[in-house]
Amino acid sequence: MDLANFLIQLLNSVQYGLLLFMLAAGLTLIFGIMGVVNLAHGSFYMLGAYLAWSVSSMTGSFTLAIILGAVLSIVFGLALERLLFRHFYDRDHLSQVLLTFGLIYIFEEVRSILWGDDVHGVKIPDILSASLPLTDNLSYPVYRLFMSGVCIALAIGLYLLISKTRLGMKIRAGAFNRDMAEALGVNIKLIHAIVFAMGVALATVAGMIASPVSSVYPNMGSQVLIISFVVVVIGGIGSVRGALIAALLVGLVDTFGKVLLPQLAGMLIYMLMAAVLLWKPEGLFRQ
Amino acid sequence: MKANLETLPRALQAVVALGLFALAVFPLFGTDFYAQMVARMMILAIFAMSLDLLLGVTGLVSLGHAAFFGLAGYALAFLTPAGEAVSLWWTLPLAAAAAGLAALIIGFFVVRTHGIYFIMVTMAFAQMVFFLFFDNKVLGGSDGIYVNFKPSAGLFDLDNKLVFYYFTLAMLLLVYAFLRRVLFSPFGRVLAGIRINEHRMRAIGYSTFGYKLAAFSLAGALAGLAGYLWAAQSGFVNPELMGFQMSAHAMMMVILGGMGNFAGAIIGAFAFEYLLEWFKDLPAIGAVHLGKHWQLWMGLFIVLVVVFAPRGLLGLAERRPRKATSDD
Repeated sequence: MDLANFLIQLLNSVQYGLLLFMLAAGLTLIFGIMGVVNLAHGSFYMLGAYLAWSVSSMTGSFTLAIILGAVLSIVFGLALERLLFRHFYDRDHLSQVLLTFGLIYIFEEVRSILWGDDVHGVKIPDILSASLPLTDNLSYPVYRLFMSGVCIALAIGLYLLISKTRLGMKIRAGAFNRDMAEALGVNIKLIHAIVFAMGVALATVAGMIASPVSSVYPNMGSQVLIISFVVVVIGGIGSVRGALIAALLVGLVDTFGKVLLPQLAGMLIYMLMAAVLLWKPEGLFRQ
Repeated sequence: MKANLETLPRALQAVVALGLFALAVFPLFGTDFYAQMVARMMILAIFAMSLDLLLGVTGLVSLGHAAFFGLAGYALAFLTPAGEAVSLWWTLPLAAAAAGLAALIIGFFVVRTHGIYFIMVTMAFAQMVFFLFFDNKVLGGSDGIYVNFKPSAGLFDLDNKLVFYYFTLAMLLLVYAFLRRVLFSPFGRVLAGIRINEHRMRAIGYSTFGYKLAAFSLAGALAGLAGYLWAAQSGFVNPELMGFQMSAHAMMMVILGGMGNFAGAIIGAFAFEYLLEWFKDLPAIGAVHLGKHWQLWMGLFIVLVVVFAPRGLLGLAERRPRKATSDD
């Protein structure tokens, strides 16, 4: 592997890792704060991708699709939290697993009714469709850099929100001790709703910005969900910082695994997880 | 997590006995097609019971149980030569043992985790096994492998659908009787103790890790037994057998019936499979083909069960006597 190739793979792995982070951050926050296992988290990713495809092919504007998707996903997340998830915060994990498994079926079928079962490609917006030349015959697409940029911006935004704002302080208080925070006047129900909607929006936007690269297909959520779980396990439940580091690690191992050890590529990240579990059963950054 | 009805009340015992009788005489009345379908349900019932040992008895929410089901199926596929049948008497124990060994190895990693971690890690390991078979052409790849000949079993001719049916029924009874014995053995009592309060079990001196690992391996071996029968019946294995969906379906079967007593798992397996077929066979009304959208119905059904009947069908049956005592 020469330097240019190595650089391309490195950029790809960072981009993939950052994308995984968008999903894992929502998952880990929802676990950490509300104690809910959400198997349907991957469905939001899929719904986002399909939404991006249908809106951008109807209106021709990818930007409009992203804005619309972000707004819709927040509304959708709030409604879902209010109607279903809120009643499952205190139920056992088994019930949560089954509920969200049922939701996967529902979301998949609704997707099939609304948009069909075909695979679609999403056109990269014209401004971002260029490629940066690296050598004479290798280049790197600008869109992938744009993806990474969006993910980094969102990650920084998430960090600032959680560690620097009053809302973030309340979120942390709620995660640390729900009853105490409530006794001190924090509206914990509102905090839960906000965190949940935020998780849904992050997953949806991740699906939308990934759609031009990954294309859009049925069940695209399940695979990314399980890998996001691996990220959360490696990073430690509830830790956003852990999710970021684990996501980058998984991105590296997966991308370079596919190049260097194609026969084992599918298994490598699970082996990484097993190794981390042996070393630190609670993940790298358990809070 | 409370198990239902560890000891079955008389009325339910009668229902179970009646059900078994119905299973025994079913092929005399049903057609071959239905006998095959019921045999498949019985295989899934064995699978669901093996999961119940973890879910309902030990309190381990495994979302990767299908890995062991599929592994044993693949074991049969690899052990069957291209041109002839292979003897059931050594391949069945070998396949179950292979699944049990895989469960022992994976269990070594997963059993040390708790709660949400356990769920995610079992799911991830099952996915790893899935990809091992999915990615490697040598292991059949994404297309899977045919099992060209049903295993031969001496006196029993498993090619005969009726014989296969009764063989499966015998296996179902055997596994049920075995697991009921395990449930009330000292080993089973420790497992139930772990479900109720693991810290206390450790405090009074039980190595809960060892017990949980043993339960995980035993459940894996029994899932393997079911997977072997599945492969023998369908003549085909593919990675889907180990997939996430298969694991979740098994979990749904256990919940639907009511967990912790194995009878519920059997009832749940039959009810779930029947519903699945029923949803898929829904007619078309005008341009809308209801059966095509079975995932929607199944999804709604699962959500309704979790919201309104979290303790399953047997849980519904249990509610009545409790009300009577509280009225006193």
